[in-house]
Amino acid sequence: MARMPVQFRLNGTDRAVFVEPVETLLGTIRRGLGDFAPKFGCGQGTCGACTVLVDGEPRLGCLTLSVTCEGRSIETASGLADGPTLHPLQAAFMEHFAAQCGFCTPGMLMAAKALLDRNPDPTRVEVVEAIAGNICRCTGYEPIINAILAAAQQRGARRA
Amino acid sequence: MARHQGRGMASINYPIGMNLGGDPSQALVHANPDGKFTVALSAIDLGQGMKQVSRQIAAETLGVPIEDVYVDTADSDTGPHDMGSFASRGTHRVGNAVIVAAKEARGVLLEAAAEELEVNADDLVTDGKGNIHVRGAASKSITVKAASQAAQFKQGKTISGRGIFLIPLSNVNPETGEMSPVTAYAHACLVVDLEVCDETGDVKVNKLTSAYELGRALNPKMVEQQLVGGAWMGMSHALYETPEPYYPNPENGGRDYNEYLMPGPGDIAPHDIAVLERPAPDGPFGGKGPGEMCANPVLPAVANAIFNAVGVRIDTLPITPEKILRALRAQGGARPQARRA
Amino acid sequence: MLEFRKDLFADERDDNLNVIGKGEQRQDMLGHVTGRTRFFDDHGFDGLLHLKVVRSPHHHARIRSIDVSAAERAPGVKRVIRAQDVPVNKNTLLSLIGFGKDDEPTLAVDKVRYKGEPIVAIIAASDAEAMAAVKLVRVSYDPLPTVFDVQEALKPGAVVVNETYPGNYFEYHDKYDHQKLRFGDVEAAFRTADHVLEERYQMSPIEHASTETNGTIAAPETNNRYVVHSCAQGLFFSLGTTAKILALESNRLHFIGGTVGGGFGGKVDSLTEPLAVLGAILTGQPVRYVLGREEEMQFGSPRGAERHVIKDGVMRDGRIVARQITSYFDAGAYTRLSSYGVVKCVAHMPGPYTIPNVRGDAYCVFTNRVPATAMRGFGVTGLDFSIEVQMDKLAHLVGIDPMEFRILNAYRDGDMKAHRRVAHNTALIECVQVAAQKVNWPLSETARRASSLSGGGGPRAAIPPTVTDESGRIGRPETRQAPPQLTPGAAPLPAYQPAPAVPVQQPAAPLPNYPSQPAAAAPLPAPTPPVQTPPPTPQHGAARFSSVFTRRR
Repeated sequence: MARMPVQFRLNGTDRAVFVEPVETLLGTIRRGLGDFAPKFGCGQGTCGACTVLVDGEPRLGCLTLSVTCEGRSIETASGLADGPTLHPLQAAFMEHFAAQCGFCTPGMLMAAKALLDRNPDPTRVEVVEAIAGNICRCTGYEPIINAILAAAQQRGARRA
Repeated sequence: MARHQGRGMASINYPIGMNLGGDPSQALVHANPDGKFTVALSAIDLGQGMKQVSRQIAAETLGVPIEDVYVDTADSDTGPHDMGSFASRGTHRVGNAVIVAAKEARGVLLEAAAEELEVNADDLVTDGKGNIHVRGAASKSITVKAASQAAQFKQGKTISGRGIFLIPLSNVNPETGEMSPVTAYAHACLVVDLEVCDETGDVKVNKLTSAYELGRALNPKMVEQQLVGGAWMGMSHALYETPEPYYPNPENGGRDYNEYLMPGPGDIAPHDIAVLERPAPDGPFGGKGPGEMCANPVLPAVANAIFNAVGVRIDTLPITPEKILRALRAQGGARPQARRA
Repeated sequence: MLEFRKDLFADERDDNLNVIGKGEQRQDMLGHVTGRTRFFDDHGFDGLLHLKVVRSPHHHARIRSIDVSAAERAPGVKRVIRAQDVPVNKNTLLSLIGFGKDDEPTLAVDKVRYKGEPIVAIIAASDAEAMAAVKLVRVSYDPLPTVFDVQEALKPGAVVVNETYPGNYFEYHDKYDHQKLRFGDVEAAFRTADHVLEERYQMSPIEHASTETNGTIAAPETNNRYVVHSCAQGLFFSLGTTAKILALESNRLHFIGGTVGGGFGGKVDSLTEPLAVLGAILTGQPVRYVLGREEEMQFGSPRGAERHVIKDGVMRDGRIVARQITSYFDAGAYTRLSSYGVVKCVAHMPGPYTIPNVRGDAYCVFTNRVPATAMRGFGVTGLDFSIEVQMDKLAHLVGIDPMEFRILNAYRDGDMKAHRRVAHNTALIECVQVAAQKVNWPLSETARRASSLSGGGGPRAAIPPTVTDESGRIGRPETRQAPPQLTPGAAPLPAYQPAPAVPVQQPAAPLPNYPSQPAAAAPLPAPTPPVQTPPPTPQHGAARFSSVFTRRR
């Protein structure tokens, strides 16, 4: 099948790329554009390691076709920091030792960012729901939940 | 329908290091001319923190700040031979190899400093902040950076070290099983509080309370990571996980994370931990390594707590609601045991 | 919540160190949170090819023929790799340390021994093309009978899974069909015990389920070498295995790894490295071989199932005087690391307790399932589950608080362990005391004052006169320990039937209240129902196993 052109914004930069009609956004971002932050954990939409934001909404990169992303804005963990300044979620993940192997971390961060962007002051239950689709095999989730809650608090304090 | 509270406990020990030995690990340490050190390994960081723990061991041994040490692993062209990260051997074996290598490098560093200060190297100590000085005379000092530069550009010395740690292979007696499996053991006791629903067979773990003895905790934050995450995995093994739900029937295995069950972020329980440190005589700074053993006490403690709650023994893992319900039915209902504390 | 009990063992530590003991940030954490950490799959290559394997749909079958002609002509296919293309197509992982016989092909030759065994590898320009071509390979099979239960597999005349080990057991010391542990005389002690309790425990297989699946990217490098981005838990272990299978000198392989997305034991087997490198050699291009999640869950090696039968003799006052453990490790179709797990299990018997008479018999058994491997707590997790549930039952049986019961029997510095080494640096008692304190679990004065540092050694350091035996001698059928004659409660599970049967381990009778008085001659309630099948006929030399165990004698 003929490859198709697609243009979207990736972490603030306009990118144009030719893709197979069946190509996933995860494949395009990783192998096509060289941003290896989102991970392939299952390819089935059950682990969340490929979570990216499409126009601010969390999406599973492994189940999203690249051709459906024409003209959209894509965010990955690579674009989370503002230059050398870490996003509060990144800082909180470090502070709380919320990663061990680190493989789920980029997806976990993006799921958390989507939550905080729409709900700056989430409850613990809301945090749990926001990351319920993201598998972590190392941490037991507790430090991740605490980090997200702490990041929300810190952002709230900064706004106040 | 009722939810029954139960409490159970278990205590365990765990062998540290590859059973029977015969598993060498090597390390190489060298300094840049400005006194920044690289530790080259072929050890593997699976998330357990191999890089950081090696880094702290190297910094402590060298007597330099942690920021001045970087661990480079694992590239077979530059990292020396190592068996790998399994069998609770990383901290124990690699850590000891790093100590040997770092000691050798430190020896050269102190000789270089001694030559610059015109003193005996045996009289020199490091302050861990980047300085070397004469014992008892802090003013007679030189920075690690200056000593390293002198070694490299004036004295023609390489500040480097090689380390290997090997516990020679031990044989096993075929008749009696006599052997030298390992030289250090970690220990734990863990209490589980949970509740069992006698209508659905559902188990909700409410709290874990534990005491883990791990030798010296080389990095308390990373110890906490292992214990919290490991106990979660133990709970998962006890109640959720199986690729063969009707073992030995090999069918019905999960194909994805929706079918292969593990507790999610909404299913976890608070874990109150006490850490005891009885240093291992041959561990690096007495460290043992908590990574593997931390899940183990949870499985039996959960089973024992379920018995305490409803009076049924489930001796086949995982303890699914189906097994509990069938056992309760056979027993004629829940029979709560004596409450504990 | 985490607290340090610095008051305990304080005189054994120097707590004034610069860096050790400090909660310093991890060297890899910044990379993790910025997405810059590079795992094996996070490396870009031009002209990257993709490898997929054809897997057996049968648990056990003879391969009659393999036809790859349609696959070779399929779009995008660059190369088909067959068994004859693998230079040394038989290996066992621990051959690197001289343990065990080569028993596993990289690609199946004449027969498949488990469902999912790789037979042919396809290399294509894309993942999708490789997967499409996999479906075009025609393999015809003659299905063979299967065996899935470890105790069934050990019976004389059972289906032979792996011809390298025709008895379906790993051969220890070229002498026995299992690893023995003998310390004292358990039979004599059982006769004097106030209570004898035998129970059977079954550990499930477990999937490692690391979020990163197994995989490798291999690519031609300069100077006729190959760079290998690997997820291996042992870099040189995998390099050595790959070098052996491909008959290469080690210096033609440049392995890069060390940053792995979770392992837990599931990345020790070099599942993908040899074929990826072979693919790079045969195509001259970079080759990526990554297991999909379903592939990993179904066919990546799991923690193997374990079955432990524990028989204890205990006195009214709570002292355990004898412990006998019979363990079966389900290795699946090939050895991999199960043979090692068995020895580690035997070394762990009888748990962290000082028991004067211990007997262990642990079998590494081959069955027609996915080969098992190491996992967190390997050789010990399943045994600890079994021992600690058994300890709870024993405490209940003699009417002693379970924490007190642990402290009473705990090993202490100076005690002789069953593998004949003196214990030191022990701390079980202190862990129990601290845990009890944290949950306000009342302990007696005696238990609170107990210490790992005292009360051990002396008579507890003695190696008792020990009864040895020749049971399980290979090639001597008359000494061959047939599957021990089990009590009704410990009967083997029924053989695998295609339709999932109702789980077979339901207690049929009320049981939980073990009599707190001596059981006398009355049998304890069995924990599992008698199964419908009659108990196996005693085999040669098995008469001694034929008495009913769960009865005081």
